[in-house]
Amino acid sequence: MDFSALRNLISRYCAGEENWVDSRTVYIGHKEPPPGAEAYIPQRFPDNRIVSSKYTFWNFVPKNLFEQFRRIANFYFLIIFLVQLIIDTPTSPITSGLPLFFVITVTAIKQGYEDWLRHKADNSINQCPVHIIQHGKVVRKQSRKLRVGDVVRVKEDETFPCDLILLSSSRDDGTCFVTTASLDGESSHKTYYAVQDTKAFNTEEEVDTLHATIECEQPQPDLYKFVGRINIYLDRDEPIARPLGSENLLLRGATLKNTECIYAVAIYTGMETKMALNYQSKSQKRSAVEKSMNAYLIVYLCILISKALINTVLKYVWQADPNRDEPWYNEKTETERQRHILIRAFTDFLAFMVLFNYIIPVSMYVTVEMQKFLGSYFITWDDEMFDEELGEGALVNTSDLNEELGQVEYVFTDKTGTLTENNMEFIECCVDGHVYVPHAICNGQIMPGAASMDMIDSSPGPGGREHEELFFRALCLCHTVQVKEEETVDGIKRGIHQGKATSVYISSSPDEVALVEGMKRLGFTYLRLKDSHMEIQNRDDEIERFELLEVLNFDSVRRRMSVIVKSSTGEYYLFCKGADSAVFPRVISGKVEQVRARVEHNAVEGLRTLCVAYKKLSPAEYEEVCHQLSSAKLALQDREKKLAEAYDSIERDFILLGATAVEDRLQDKAADTIESLHKAGMKVWVLTGDKMETAAATCYASKLFRRNTQILELTTKRTEEQNLHDVLFDLSRTVLRQHGSMTRETLSGLSNEYHDYGLIIDGATLSAVLKPSQEGSGGNYKEIFLEICRNCSAVLCCRMAPLQKAQIVKLIKASKEHPITLAIGDGANDVSMILEAHVGIGIMGKEGRQAARNSDYAIPKFKHLKKMLLVHGHYYYIRISELVQYFFYKNVCFIFPQFLYQFFCGFSQQPLYDTAYLTLYNISFTSLPILLYSLMEQHINMDILKRDPSLYRDIAKNSLLRWPIFIYWTFLGVFDAVVFFFGAFFLFDNTTFTSNGQLMTTNTQMMFGNWTFGTLVFTVLVFTVTLKLALDTHYWTWINHFVIWGSLLFYIIFSLLWGGIIWPFLNYQRMYYVFMQMLSSGPAWLSIILLVVVSLLPDVVKKVLCRALWPTTTERIQRRKANMNFERVVTFSHDSLLDGVQSTSQA
Amino acid sequence: MMASSYNAKEEDGHHSGSVGPGGAGAVKSRKPDNTAFKQQRLPAWQPILTAGTVLPAFFVIGLIFIPIGIGLFVTSNNIKEFEIDYTGMDPDSPCNMCINSTTPCRCSIPFTLEQPFENNVFMYYGLSNFYQNHRRYVKSRDDSQLNGDKSSLLYPSKECEPYRTRNGLPVAPCGAIANSLFNDTLELIYYYPNKSSMSIPLVKTGIAWWTDTHVKFRNPGGNNNLTAAFKGTTKPENWQNPVYELDPTNPENNGFVNEDFIVWMRTAALPTFRKLYRIIQKKKDNLTPTLPPGNYTLEITYNYPVISFDGHKRMILSTISWMGGKNPFLGIAYITVGSVCFFLGVVLLIIHHKFGNRNNNADIPN
Repeated sequence: MDFSALRNLISRYCAGEENWVDSRTVYIGHKEPPPGAEAYIPQRFPDNRIVSSKYTFWNFVPKNLFEQFRRIANFYFLIIFLVQLIIDTPTSPITSGLPLFFVITVTAIKQGYEDWLRHKADNSINQCPVHIIQHGKVVRKQSRKLRVGDVVRVKEDETFPCDLILLSSSRDDGTCFVTTASLDGESSHKTYYAVQDTKAFNTEEEVDTLHATIECEQPQPDLYKFVGRINIYLDRDEPIARPLGSENLLLRGATLKNTECIYAVAIYTGMETKMALNYQSKSQKRSAVEKSMNAYLIVYLCILISKALINTVLKYVWQADPNRDEPWYNEKTETERQRHILIRAFTDFLAFMVLFNYIIPVSMYVTVEMQKFLGSYFITWDDEMFDEELGEGALVNTSDLNEELGQVEYVFTDKTGTLTENNMEFIECCVDGHVYVPHAICNGQIMPGAASMDMIDSSPGPGGREHEELFFRALCLCHTVQVKEEETVDGIKRGIHQGKATSVYISSSPDEVALVEGMKRLGFTYLRLKDSHMEIQNRDDEIERFELLEVLNFDSVRRRMSVIVKSSTGEYYLFCKGADSAVFPRVISGKVEQVRARVEHNAVEGLRTLCVAYKKLSPAEYEEVCHQLSSAKLALQDREKKLAEAYDSIERDFILLGATAVEDRLQDKAADTIESLHKAGMKVWVLTGDKMETAAATCYASKLFRRNTQILELTTKRTEEQNLHDVLFDLSRTVLRQHGSMTRETLSGLSNEYHDYGLIIDGATLSAVLKPSQEGSGGNYKEIFLEICRNCSAVLCCRMAPLQKAQIVKLIKASKEHPITLAIGDGANDVSMILEAHVGIGIMGKEGRQAARNSDYAIPKFKHLKKMLLVHGHYYYIRISELVQYFFYKNVCFIFPQFLYQFFCGFSQQPLYDTAYLTLYNISFTSLPILLYSLMEQHINMDILKRDPSLYRDIAKNSLLRWPIFIYWTFLGVFDAVVFFFGAFFLFDNTTFTSNGQLMTTNTQMMFGNWTFGTLVFTVLVFTVTLKLALDTHYWTWINHFVIWGSLLFYIIFSLLWGGIIWPFLNYQRMYYVFMQMLSSGPAWLSIILLVVVSLLPDVVKKVLCRALWPTTTERIQRRKANMNFERVVTFSHDSLLDGVQSTSQA
Repeated sequence: MMASSYNAKEEDGHHSGSVGPGGAGAVKSRKPDNTAFKQQRLPAWQPILTAGTVLPAFFVIGLIFIPIGIGLFVTSNNIKEFEIDYTGMDPDSPCNMCINSTTPCRCSIPFTLEQPFENNVFMYYGLSNFYQNHRRYVKSRDDSQLNGDKSSLLYPSKECEPYRTRNGLPVAPCGAIANSLFNDTLELIYYYPNKSSMSIPLVKTGIAWWTDTHVKFRNPGGNNNLTAAFKGTTKPENWQNPVYELDPTNPENNGFVNEDFIVWMRTAALPTFRKLYRIIQKKKDNLTPTLPPGNYTLEITYNYPVISFDGHKRMILSTISWMGGKNPFLGIAYITVGSVCFFLGVVLLIIHHKFGNRNNNADIPN
């Protein structure tokens, strides 16, 4: 990530000085501007080649090796390998070279394959034909040869080859429709506009006559921002300048729809397109397990170094006697003798390091990676997380975080589209306090009836009548909904048009669709936008036409949108709709009180409310507005700001018309999921942009707040009355007092009256809390706020800007317990928090795919979060923690005997095991069982995990990778190693540990040497370590049986083979028949059995005792399940099981 | 033995055989296959280690191990072993005079066997404080040379340094191990009660692994005309005779396949070790013991210096049983482990009764 960013930076700065300017000038059709015009510095632009691949054929080997050796584990083994090559080491370089080579090769092949796929994809994109206008003719070219300034013709359903400025379209009004499904997943059709002065060009020849330059900003990744200016040179000297905005910019990757063909000019090409700029990988997230793993590694590295140091020192102490250093039977070579003592000592130190280096389990990294990669398939395969409606299951974008799913402490969820369906339904509207409810809907069909509306309130007076009509027209006009003819629509149908089933409404905002549809039910049908005229069919079936003059688009800061229209009678209207807080302050007349009451009432019901207001403009005012807007739009710099200012001055002095209410239903099982998360000990925060009342209602509905939850409010309303400081202290006192009394109650055993708190905070107050205040007490606010939050089981943050969501997540992440956070959302506004949280989950929702694309995991529905965390997260955590601990354990067992052996071989670095065993121990003898365990283990049935969320608490706070447990495993490893070594030692030392040869048919008694000793230890080691895993396995499928017994069998077969032949390519034959001779000896069998039993005994006893005396919840459940199954067998009735299970879940 | 519950949840006709992700096919349809493997619902045996379930295992282990241990212990005790340290450190020892002698020196140590040694008796020499497992020592050999490879015979491996060449000629066999071949000669003389003496016949062959003498160690160019085969090489520095004259009595037992040599070449695991030297075969008639009780003399040709590194030399006589040589450790270990398991079984039984029921009945998850 950093690397590519750096490369971009470098290439940008190295490309030439001219690229320093912050805007670029594009000559349309490569025509130089007339000499009189401003002198532009010519610029070089990249071609339109897309390069997503990392390597080329030539640099693959060096670059890939470099990338791989940047990983610390690989580098460590490379160093060990080099040391082995350079100095005279006890083990051959093969022992570390082979695994390293294996790992590197496998990774390189994988990456090479992926890169090859990318190359293929790149090529197919780069070579697809585009049509370019040259000298009035259409020329076919390969896409990669496209250059900035080329005029391109794109036909319907073609994808734009680069970022283009729309010059003209085949549609009369100079618009074209585009879907950006592949960019942000929004399948709705968006409208783009041609430059006013060029939209008349309809043929290639005409386009070719255009003489213009475009000035625009340098490429930047924001998809929705663009500022530029087109200068058109006509015959006159003075060029015509027109503003260009994102509505003129067609993005690469988007597809042209419903438009026959367009002409457009390329301005950003290749890697500078917005799509390519957005194509950067996300920053790597590291899981808590990985952090513990690294901590353990450091401990082991220290152990390794101290072992080597101890042995080196002891070696020189021991060798002080020359008869030990160099007895007559074992002399050194002359060169060895002459070497300086320090060099000798250093070489010895390195040799010891090499001898013990296996204690750092490099294969662990490989296994962990494989486990994560393979394990994540279980998530994608999960049938229960498959959504029939979407036709999609869960997606895993990062498999690195599987186990983090089992560690979540805070869940931050978006409301709209995440907790709720984001399937809007128009409920009611209110004009001047009169409530209109569309006819009850039966199975989606409106009841017949001329008026097709139902008035709850009394009929409005004549003045009201006028407002009513205006209100309906306002809703019909103030939107960006498009009407699609049925047969041309291939996207998702969003509207249900009952009367004439010919058209549907499509919009990027489902609220708008709901509103327009609601209007239709109330008698006002929006028909279409034609020639800048919006057509409405009113209740009397007359068609009214309004000329659409300006659209002041919606944005999340203003939280409103406006349109300016001219009615057929020539009156100018400005209609505005927006959030109540955005509209009320700008209203000067109208029945504000009644509407406000209704809005609040609806908000409490959990409905989404919008207010509608209007004002009439005189032609002079309209001119003024036009002027303001166009000057703002023309600005090259700070256009956003200037536009905002212009909007602000235009959208004021409204007359309030009324309000609407739209319902967004809760998602299926959202409440159940939230309840489960609560029971699992997670704190659930809802972060939403909605208003407080609406959000609170949703929270109650989703059981985030329960009836007995005491709500603490930290909102602008309160802080207006009291100052923030007092409010904060008040709240914290309430919470803490309760907390204190609660502990006292717990002590006295009266804790039944558990009281939980819910906090509501809004965006404005939050920013006040987080703002570092001048008096220096800002830090305190933050602390107090965190303290309050910590004691609340649920927190609702409303009126949040997207960035604030991320801020909250960051705040919790950085608090002193460093809890693991999870953010879940569906919209583009949740992306920042998804990226910020430890685990980001995207919902494949209706607001596009952006959240799902940026997330670590994507799920179709909120309810799937339950299985994701409680089952998958739990399993993965259990699995990987065992994997990590076991890996360290088995390597201690492996290497510690070797360390002990040094005390008996004169600290000469003599390895205990043969090279083949050293090499293959981690690669093949003991690798598969643990990998399989870490993929298959289920300590508890998944149905129970789902039913009893409190089990999740058992693994909270990284409980299986804490230091005491790590130390236990390490000591177990040391104990086992001591048993192996001294067991074999005593058998060899004071007796003739021999084979009597009966099995070998010769009647002799033969001696065993050091390699037999090592083989005996190694055999015990392999069996113990594998059986230890077998004891830990709670879920024995046939695959487990196959792999565990299979790998033991493999060890035996390998050893027989390895010792059975004089291997011609080896320069030593020390293992020849060693294994067979060992097996032919009765005492060897007896001692293997004995040592295996002794090594396993303490762990079994510890497990049994802990289970009997201090059982965890998990263990109790396992126990009960076993009993229950027993019962089932006895009574042979299915009901008793169900009863038992139910009583479990109730209790 | 363990509380187990076999939960076959759904009948799953086909396990998807591969452990890895065969996911390519699944991606296409998007709908995941509903196989038991992919849904992690393979039928499984789910054992749990609890006091109740481990209990029988402990008792069973105890019951099996204790008899085995007793058997081993008794067998080991029935094995007769006799050991003499003939280093000669003690000034009274007959071999004391040989300690500093540079020429071959003979000494004899009288000893008495109280009990008869039945069946085949094995005679060992033992060295202590001799680091045959030192790394420099262990690797100082050339297995190709020993396997009869002609080029290795003339160009021994570098590992043999500094015992690779001598006087410009390659050493055969090269290396420190070969160079330090044990070269004391031990003989046993039995004194009949009537004072007449008899030299006990010692068998030199059959003391090394069969595979070693027949496969791993081979003379260059077969066993014929060893003198010619070893032409162009020289004997190791410390040897009195070249490799093809190691056993003057048996021409088959010369060169690299000499069994004394092969036994020595199998480096010991620990600094104190014993190696098989000779076998005393049981009498044909099977009536008199192989070594009847009485007076013996150990005749030693004392060549091998061990004083410089505080070493000791021993001669050991031993009978064997089905489980090898005298080995009290294994028997004791089995008895101990068996008893510990039995004891733990009792403890667990108590725990199981005291806590097991409580846990079973009153465990309401909080």
